[in-house]
Amino acid sequence: MKVKEIIRILDARLLCGEDQLDYTVEMAFASDLMSDVLTQNNDHVLLITGLANMQTIRTAEMSDINCIVFARNKKATPEMVELAEESDIVLIECRYSLFKTCGLLYQAGVKPIF
Amino acid sequence: MSETITEEYSVTGGDFSRAGYASSQIKKILKRMDVDKAIIKRTVVAAYEGEVNIVAHAWSGKIEFQMDEEQIRIILDDEGPGIEDIEKAMQEGYSTATSAIREMGFGAGMGLPNMKKNADHMHIESEPGKGTKVEIRMERMVRE
Ligand SMILES: Nc1ncnc2c1ncn2[C@@H]1O[C@H](COP(=O)(O)OP(=O)(O)O)[C@@H](O)[C@H]1O
Ligand SMILES: [Mg+2]
Repeated sequence: MKVKEIIRILDARLLCGEDQLDYTVEMAFASDLMSDVLTQNNDHVLLITGLANMQTIRTAEMSDINCIVFARNKKATPEMVELAEESDIVLIECRYSLFKTCGLLYQAGVKPIF
Repeated sequence: MSETITEEYSVTGGDFSRAGYASSQIKKILKRMDVDKAIIKRTVVAAYEGEVNIVAHAWSGKIEFQMDEEQIRIILDDEGPGIEDIEKAMQEGYSTATSAIREMGFGAGMGLPNMKKNADHMHIESEPGKGTKVEIRMERMVRE
């Protein structure tokens, strides 16, 4: 699924990565625990999380995750956006709960990693 | 072409906004040196969990990075409370993390086991009340 479709389905807001609207994710992983995210070893995974801090961006950077959806209306700080831009990570803010966010994307065909 | 790269980064305990800086720099070097992608990921995931441990559990520390044709070595050396029982600390789920650490997305007792899983070799030494030294080694030969 392309970034632009994720934004449409979640009625979400793109924070950075305007040049990557056609970037495609096949699978997603949802967690607020960064140690958990760091155990997954798939490529092109979408991270859905309610944790919005610098460690979320760092975790994505280390895990080769190129797209993050912040659910339940969590806001990214300008510092986080700057760090994400440096690593070409797409950031999306969405006001739905984690469950609804996952449900909508799952229904639209995004696969779980296991 | 037998180049050895060494770098050193300092880490400040408690400074969560900067946690990951050293691992990020290491990732940049590995990418520039065209290291295998899967090896880069295993290396930086282990380095990052180790860096977060210094920030979360220790007072200050340094991270040494060394790389030659065959190996990547990362030494995470800190001054801090140390680890009383290393075997116990290595168990998944064991954690002494505070709620502040959990709010950062860590503190589930998964860091050290995941570092061990990703590293080709890992060695921990610790002196309670003084500090901890974790060494991670990666072979640059691509795993089949
Ligand atoms: N550098 C360190 N200095 C002191 N204690 C540490 C250090 N690294 C790990 N520990 C101890 O080992 C435990 C387990 O570490 P880890 O598996 O990374 O889990 P977590 O950091 O989530 O608690 C920590 O809770 C802490 O008690
Ligand atoms: Mg840890």
